Amino acid sequence: MDSVTSMTFIIALYIFMLAAFTGYVVISRVPSILHTPLMSGSNFIHGIVVVGALDALFNATTLTGQIIGFVGVFLGAGNVMGGYVVTDRMLAMFRPSQKQTPEKKGQQ
Amino acid sequence: MFIEYIVGLSGLIAAGLFIYGLKAMSSPVTAVSGIVTAGYGMVFVVGATFLNLFNVSPDARPHLLVNVALAVVALLLGCLWTGWRGRTVQMTAMPQMVAIFNGMGGGSAASLAAVSLLSDHATSGLHLSVTIVGALIGCISFTGSIIAWAKLDGRMRKPVRFGGQRIFNAALFLIALVLGALTVMQYGTPTGALPGILFFGAALLFGICMTLPIGGADMPVVISLYNAFTGLAVGLEGYVMGNPALMIAGMVVGSAGTLLTALMAKAMNRSLTNVLFSNFGDTASSAKGPEGEMKSADPSDAATSMRYASSVIIVPGYGLAVAQAQQKLYEFVKMLVADGVDVKFAIHPVAGRMPGHMNVLLAEAGVPYDMIYDMDDINDSFATTDVALIIGANDVVNPEALTDKSSPIYGMPILNAYKARQVFVIKRGSGTGYSGVQNPLFFQKNCTMVFGDAQAVLSKMVEAVKALGSA
Repeated sequence: MDSVTSMTFIIALYIFMLAAFTGYVVISRVPSILHTPLMSGSNFIHGIVVVGALDALFNATTLTGQIIGFVGVFLGAGNVMGGYVVTDRMLAMFRPSQKQTPEKKGQQ
Repeated sequence: MFIEYIVGLSGLIAAGLFIYGLKAMSSPVTAVSGIVTAGYGMVFVVGATFLNLFNVSPDARPHLLVNVALAVVALLLGCLWTGWRGRTVQMTAMPQMVAIFNGMGGGSAASLAAVSLLSDHATSGLHLSVTIVGALIGCISFTGSIIAWAKLDGRMRKPVRFGGQRIFNAALFLIALVLGALTVMQYGTPTGALPGILFFGAALLFGICMTLPIGGADMPVVISLYNAFTGLAVGLEGYVMGNPALMIAGMVVGSAGTLLTALMAKAMNRSLTNVLFSNFGDTASSAKGPEGEMKSADPSDAATSMRYASSVIIVPGYGLAVAQAQQKLYEFVKMLVADGVDVKFAIHPVAGRMPGHMNVLLAEAGVPYDMIYDMDDINDSFATTDVALIIGANDVVNPEALTDKSSPIYGMPILNAYKARQVFVIKRGSGTGYSGVQNPLFFQKNCTMVFGDAQAVLSKMVEAVKALGSA
């Protein structure tokens, strides 16, 4: 856990600031048809919390710690898998309509 | 040392892939590759995390075998359960699924905070405070999302409201803050655990109480907000764990989610505070109902007039999806198009239960997305359109939102369907919409109701057009 002490709070604030701008810029030009998949996709991405939960569980020393860690990993894994599956299913639906687009234009 | 580098670099790569994936997800052409890219990043970083097994603290070494077994079981259970639910869930039930998965992330962040508080490696007050703030946000997102899920899933139909609720909630929030401060101050003392436990209890309870009074119509905004909350909590706990990948991914989602929430609230012309604290949808519709009577017609009559119209705009609402009638609708539309009718779909920003939800549902039925228009792009066309066909939508075409200042939905932008020469409304009954407001459009002279289940009505319409034969 040396890395905790070595990373100063100020550097953390820099990271937070840059990440916040990144999120803002990446999403600001999204067409509204993608809002739902995108919410689901970003939902998947914060599932990375499972990594933290795994680390916490690996380092658990008490029964209470193990139980809470177990719950944390379970919830985090659910966030990851559920977020991915749902996003993938939604986005897959946009594919056939793309292929139909030229056909339809051809008809008119 | 070596392991730290490997794990650290894998986190960096994952964070990069996440941002790249999120960017790709913002265009329909690259969206599928986007989620796959982000998925690779996740597999990579989770795999690398197992290298940390060789790097656990000396105290934890005797428990390592048990801990790893627990981790593997928890991973498998979590993935299998949500993987199965995610694969099998109906597209109409997608919003509540997103809510529950998001709540799980918040719960995970909160448990992470709890474990980190239990193992007393925490050093500074600052470090503890960040842990507590992250835990508070994670807890609110966890229980709040569960309530949002229950509301969207129809398990909790009425908002729960009582007198002085706002004061009660504010007090509860203050209590949670005070308990959090006590947890930081008494950390490491023999009685230190008690405020910690009470803090988590209060935070979880606040998440419930904060969400209970919010009406079902506002749930999309609330889910989006909790999505941002979870991101923020993950970012803060990433700082606590000394893991920059969590910090970056969490904060990117935190800010993107906040922006998305703001966009949604804007689409309804309401501020976020208004959504969270105004008890929208509670007021019974104003005593004076709209004047006049509703006209109703046969599905085949309505179908015939659309068949001979030159332009039709379809306004689909959530009722269409509930009736599972998207396929039938598209079948009907294809027949109209084949007969030379110009057909367009008009989507209100908050149609369905989430922004873009209706687009997903139409895409599922195979509707090409260049037939689908956003509100701003199509609103001027209604006045020059022969027929507006409204299916299972109500509040988003209610002209009262433009004219009646006393209406609870006043100020919400609507689709100007009422301007079309002829309006047909397919609706189950003459009841009110999700907001509980009566719709004067249904009493207008140019409006005709077609009562019945959308699936059944559309089937009859398809039959009617078939009977007419090709032009």
